[in-house]
Amino acid sequence: MQIKVLYFARIKEAVNYSSEDVVLPEEVETITALKHWLSKRGEVWANLFNGQLVVRAAINHNLVDDLAVIEDGDEVAFFPPVTGG
Amino acid sequence: MIRVQTDDFDVAQILAGMRQNNPKVGAMVCFVGLVRDMNDSAEVTSLTLEHYPEMTEKSLHGIVSQAKQRWDILDAAVIHRVGTLQPTDQIVLVAITSAHRQAAFSACEFVMDYLKTQAPFWKKETNSQGARWVEAKASDDEAQVRWTQ
Repeated sequence: MQIKVLYFARIKEAVNYSSEDVVLPEEVETITALKHWLSKRGEVWANLFNGQLVVRAAINHNLVDDLAVIEDGDEVAFFPPVTGG
Repeated sequence: MIRVQTDDFDVAQILAGMRQNNPKVGAMVCFVGLVRDMNDSAEVTSLTLEHYPEMTEKSLHGIVSQAKQRWDILDAAVIHRVGTLQPTDQIVLVAITSAHRQAAFSACEFVMDYLKTQAPFWKKETNSQGARWVEAKASDDEAQVRWTQ
């Protein structure tokens, strides 16, 4: 399945880009699994996605929890806890 | 009215528009958030707000519609600025109209509490030492959670 992944704020700065198209292996079906899969890309990714940092997620512009299921064509976004207002 | 913009806004003009030709309005409550010169960093010289454009307005519409289901309010305005701002600048406005004050007070607080914990904005502060992302506050999460209890 192919999805689009977006990064914001300090996560965007750490990975050094704001979006990418990603082809996921079949077993990556949830936000938790996607975080785990991304964390294997290297040290920067491990630091962001190994569970020590709070990283929020949205699927198709809705906030979701880590158990949310990803579907083909989804837009997934990762970002730190929000600080607007 | 929900707007995300770089430009400043005129509070008096927005409030006037919300009561004009609307004799059912008996109460208006308005909150304006401002840039302070001291937050996580001391002597903040500027604040830059990033957001997730495709999600931001959807998120704000969702928050306002929850407020409308919960309280008997007539109208709501939310304006949030993005881009680079200076101390004393206006960041955000939430204005609510209703027949009686209690609904407007509660809905205004509810919208701000949800906006601060759910709408995809991120602040980065700059001072003479450099720039740093503002940390989310547990007190903001607690303020939001109390509406769910």
